[in-house]
Amino acid sequence: MKEFTPAPDSASIVSVTDRVKPVALGMGVTSVHFLGPRAAFVGAEENVAFVDAKGEVSTVAVHSGGILSTASDGKRLVMGGDDGKVVSLDAKGEVTLLATDPKRRWIDAVALHPDGAFAWSAGKVATVKSGKNEAKSLEVPSTVGGLAFAPKGLRLAIAHYNGATLWFPNMDGSAEFLPWAGSHLGVTFSPDNKFLVTTMHEAALHGWRLADNRHMRMTGYPGRVRSMSWSAGGKALATSGADTVILWPFASKDGPMGKEPAMLAPLQARVAVVACHPKNDIFAAGYSDGTVLMVRMEDGAEILVRRNGTPPVAGLAWNAKGTLLAFADENGDGGLLEL
Amino acid sequence: MSEATSPKIPVTVLTGYLGAGKTTLLNRILSENHGKKYAVIVNEFGEIGIDNDLIIGADEEVFEMNNGCICCTVRGDLVRIMDGLMKRKGKFDAIIVETTGLADPAPVAQTFFVDEDVQKNACLDAVVTVADAKWLSDRLKDAPEAKNQIAFADVIVLNKTDLVTKPELAEVEARIRGINPYAKLHRTERCSVALADVLDRGAFDLDRILDIEPDFLNADDHDHDHDHHGHDHHHHDHSHGLKHYHDEDMQSLSLKTDKPLDPNVFMPWLQNLVQVEGGKILRSKGILAFHDDDDRYVFQGVHMMLEGNHQRKWKDSEPRESRLVFIGRELPEELIRTGFESCIVS
Repeated sequence: MKEFTPAPDSASIVSVTDRVKPVALGMGVTSVHFLGPRAAFVGAEENVAFVDAKGEVSTVAVHSGGILSTASDGKRLVMGGDDGKVVSLDAKGEVTLLATDPKRRWIDAVALHPDGAFAWSAGKVATVKSGKNEAKSLEVPSTVGGLAFAPKGLRLAIAHYNGATLWFPNMDGSAEFLPWAGSHLGVTFSPDNKFLVTTMHEAALHGWRLADNRHMRMTGYPGRVRSMSWSAGGKALATSGADTVILWPFASKDGPMGKEPAMLAPLQARVAVVACHPKNDIFAAGYSDGTVLMVRMEDGAEILVRRNGTPPVAGLAWNAKGTLLAFADENGDGGLLEL
Repeated sequence: MSEATSPKIPVTVLTGYLGAGKTTLLNRILSENHGKKYAVIVNEFGEIGIDNDLIIGADEEVFEMNNGCICCTVRGDLVRIMDGLMKRKGKFDAIIVETTGLADPAPVAQTFFVDEDVQKNACLDAVVTVADAKWLSDRLKDAPEAKNQIAFADVIVLNKTDLVTKPELAEVEARIRGINPYAKLHRTERCSVALADVLDRGAFDLDRILDIEPDFLNADDHDHDHDHHGHDHHHHDHSHGLKHYHDEDMQSLSLKTDKPLDPNVFMPWLQNLVQVEGGKILRSKGILAFHDDDDRYVFQGVHMMLEGNHQRKWKDSEPRESRLVFIGRELPEELIRTGFESCIVS
């Protein structure tokens, strides 16, 4: 266990804290993304704050209430709010209303497809809108926990109670149910389209190998997993939920079946959020005590980006080239680091 | 962690059989000039007239936890809603969860004990059950849900008392007491109860488990009218105007001793009891005096879930007594009594 508290000059770890450009947003932040050259800090309510490389902040109003869900493809953000609206925000700061729930129900989950299609859910109903096609909806047996598009083809994964449903919105009757007892909250496809992984209400992940729907149980977390990030090329899945970053190996055709995960960057605090570098085998991790580390996957070497002693880190993001890292804590204090 | 310092948001669970007056009480709470803002979680979204800024429709999805504990169920939708509501922290002071008339309060309550994230931000304040004075007696016979709601309650608002005669009222109160003698009971018309009697009760707050005497022993609003309408054939206790009913399947059981308990025997016994019989035990509470321990120990539980702590030093003025209360269905009374007695230091 390492502690960073008293020794700012400690030689035991490389620190780049002095190179971080501080960002103070004065609003609760729930996630961080990059839209083109600017970092976009998604607020807990109403606003998204853009921060450019110089540290200049400009705020855009996107919802008239809480922002419940966010997805990004690097070009735009799609968000769902407790105002019943699905909106998008592009890199220029332009807001577009994409959909409104007729009953103004909460938009619990959103997903964004590389070709521009998007999906959202309100209650048990997931809806996909693709190009000029009519929106298509599917009702699952219980409230949708999370949505994710497959990397290939227009296929949506819907996480819910007791499993996940895979659905081709353009093919009637195509919904395929992958059962696993318990409540599934988040969902992601591996970049090679071979695996589906969900985060559960219990402190565990569950996975399916899509070729044969074989189960992968990924357990042992002390807390619920709220953040997952695929490493460059999809060789590993980095996850929060423990006092180390848990990296599940996905390089082989069996994924993590029968394998131990790597555990890197242990601290005496819970990992709150992880973001893998887009090109190199490096990840950034934010902790419940406000610490931010950059970690090399190969040997676990750490670089301190931000010291502890603040609220939990709420979001981390790399720009597409991997030259900028942005982060913020729950109170909206964060920074930009140029590498 | 910094969030530990921010106070937890109190949550009041409002239950009651269909038509008892939950919505009336809810509207009273919301319309009264108390300067507080409530987030309200309702199930019949958009179908009832509730005037409030923050109103959220729920689906009453009951999820089983994958922890090998069969009666450990939570409200999945509530976990999700609480998560979303926390994004609007500061916009409200308290939360009210209204359940459907047919709902079992246990999954709602358990959500606040089992779920780590919910527990971090919110705490259960009390289960308030609105009961219809005219129809409750019938519902207790034919609707197990109504019985659950009475058994589970910390506060019972016995409503529509203007629609029944005094003997009918005495009858329904006695039936309630036969199931749950510990809840605070308020008789109302159109749910006109003082809000301080239903909100901010701290019924699940270990520090406020001060007294677990049956409510009617403390209450000063007894019906001392001797009922001259002639319907009181089965009155046995004229001095109180209270009939004694024993509900066939839902009871409370209270245990008491002035001898110290052995914590090394008691704790495993209690744990094992709720593990084995937790499906039957809806609520449990206790104030305990352990051998060689100057601190009072308090606990409370919902089904298999227990939480307990040393509360404070026993005062010189108070007798060091241990008291336990269980409310449940078909409680194995003999087993519990003998088990409890075996925990007494001889």
